[in-house]
Amino acid sequence: MAEASQKIPVTVLTGYLGAGKTTLLNRILSENHGKKYAVIVNEFGEIGIDNDLIIGADEEVFEMNNGCVCCTVRGDLVRILDGLMKRKGKFDAIIVETTGLADPAPVAQTFFVDEDVQKNARLDAVVTVADAKWLSDRLKDAPEAKNQIAFADVIVLNKTDLVSKPELAEVEARIRGINPYAKLHRTERCQVGLTDVLERGAFDLDRILEIEPDFLEAGDEHDHDHDHHHHDHHHHHDHNHGGLKHYHDEDMQSLSLRSEKPLDPTKFMPWLQNLVATEGQKILRSKGILAFTGDDDRYVFQGVHMMLEGDHQRRWKDGEKRESRVVFIGRELPEQAIRDGFEQCITT
Amino acid sequence: MKEFDPGEAPSSIVSITDRVKQLPLGVAVGSVHFLGDRAFFVGAEESVAIATADGEITRTETHFGAILCAASDGKRLVTGGDDGKLIAIDAKGETFTIATDAKRRWIDNVALHGDGTVAWSAGKTAFVRNPKGEEKTFEVPSTVGGLAFAPKGLRLAIAHYNGVTLWFPNMAANPEFLEWAGSHLAVSFSPDNKFLVTAMHEAAMHGWRLADNRHMRMSGYPGRVRSMSWSVGGKGLATSGADTVIVWPFTSKDGPMGKEPAMLAPMPARVAVVACHPKNDIMAVGYADGTVLMVRLEDGAEILVRRNAGPTVSALGWNAKGTLLAFGTEDGDAGIVEM
Repeated sequence: MAEASQKIPVTVLTGYLGAGKTTLLNRILSENHGKKYAVIVNEFGEIGIDNDLIIGADEEVFEMNNGCVCCTVRGDLVRILDGLMKRKGKFDAIIVETTGLADPAPVAQTFFVDEDVQKNARLDAVVTVADAKWLSDRLKDAPEAKNQIAFADVIVLNKTDLVSKPELAEVEARIRGINPYAKLHRTERCQVGLTDVLERGAFDLDRILEIEPDFLEAGDEHDHDHDHHHHDHHHHHDHNHGGLKHYHDEDMQSLSLRSEKPLDPTKFMPWLQNLVATEGQKILRSKGILAFTGDDDRYVFQGVHMMLEGDHQRRWKDGEKRESRVVFIGRELPEQAIRDGFEQCITT
Repeated sequence: MKEFDPGEAPSSIVSITDRVKQLPLGVAVGSVHFLGDRAFFVGAEESVAIATADGEITRTETHFGAILCAASDGKRLVTGGDDGKLIAIDAKGETFTIATDAKRRWIDNVALHGDGTVAWSAGKTAFVRNPKGEEKTFEVPSTVGGLAFAPKGLRLAIAHYNGVTLWFPNMAANPEFLEWAGSHLAVSFSPDNKFLVTAMHEAAMHGWRLADNRHMRMSGYPGRVRSMSWSVGGKGLATSGADTVIVWPFTSKDGPMGKEPAMLAPMPARVAVVACHPKNDIMAVGYADGTVLMVRLEDGAEILVRRNAGPTVSALGWNAKGTLLAFGTEDGDAGIVEM
């Protein structure tokens, strides 16, 4: 993986209007961490730090000419990364700030699609800053805000000082109802450890070590399994497990599949490819660790909408449970069809 | 170029590697241009290195940052940088600031007209300044991907998303729009002014016959076309992007429509840059593995100029007489060879 580490890591910083993206950005740039960041912003002048590597972008989302409507990329990003690579060695990492209304998918897809971008840079993580006071409202009225939560690898739940404890529990439960897998940090004025948001390697196939829900530390002593989603729940019906609320978001969910029996690669791969080809618009993110029949290596994959990448990762260790886990986060996922399709891929 | 002699034995390629004057520049080379008999190597950032055929190197600081684009008309070299400056360098190596972007935006593209007019772009705005210093601007719907002046008249092609706008800066008439879905980057007129071609963001070229705007799709590349060069008289368009040079025929009135391109000089590495000789049917080809070849367009005969040594060849250029060839690489190695 020496090659991957030479690629410049790119962090995508997203979040609804007013959540605190600029505050976090200013912190990253002003803190004494000995690293230099190139920053691609959509509004000049909001950054209070003098840095010749702050570049204004126009968020030009282009459709790829391959007949796939959700294969959109950020054309401006391709151009800017190309230009920045001329100054390789002058910076350690790149941060892309999106507008508050942006969909993170085209940014992420740029890293899957563009050959030149892939050669020089790697997507590190999608970090979403959320406003503890207003997020619950925005999840109801702003599909962009929901997208940003669903897409996130890291969620910085900011302005927690402006809400009461029950309000905080409420908003966290709503986030978890959409995306139980992202790392969640509660902050005031975006006071989060920079190592918690940067250099995460969230898109590094080699670091998909486990895909377990990120349980909240506080008030979460009990062990529970998110696999048993009861989808006969009514909208916004919540239930308490040891004081922690659970919400099932009406249109955005995560779906976790698991098998202790090995999968048949000749069935699973065509099934997965067909699934993302037909339902890719609904699937925002996908990830999996797979145990195939007759294969002593773990296979890992990840995807954004219709784009997938996967590879053998390493040998299964002696005594390691050869269990396959697959996770989808998306909108109105055809859960039963996905579960049935997955079952068909299990070697009997 | 009377000496182009690939020799008799096809098994052993003729080599002129020992005649190359090595130029250890130490800075990644973006492009190379001749002003007179001196080669101007445009660095990836900050400076331009000027080299003689004898290997003497001088350096001129031009930008505070990356140099994003460069164009030359043989009399001067104009470069645009991420410092928002557009700089001209004359044959003596003296620099002049042509323009500074008010918002310090990146200067992404530059093009020169034979009458001394210069065009450049920052974001969605294309600028044109004539030799009298009169400036005009034109806004396109998305970021400018490339600029080119037509060989006749004052007409500027502005490539952008979903097509190319043809703008006549001196005329009140509405600009013409050539539509084709996708993101268009580099743009070039054929020397006879009959065709316009673009290199797209995806691995394809697109073209229009200007008389009737008929489309020409030129696809099948494994990688993006980053370099294209018209052969002498505009008979063919040599392009990078595959592991052979793809040369599209432009001799007939239909251009390459319905025709197969020639595929020359296959190598186990991707072609990165091509530069056709200004007087003869020969081209220089640089590969991703560092190889530089001279290739005869007629039969694909090859002469080795540089062995496959390290990173991608990023720049190639001939002087106007065609007696000197210069190349530069991504790791700052360069050379010049006299024919």
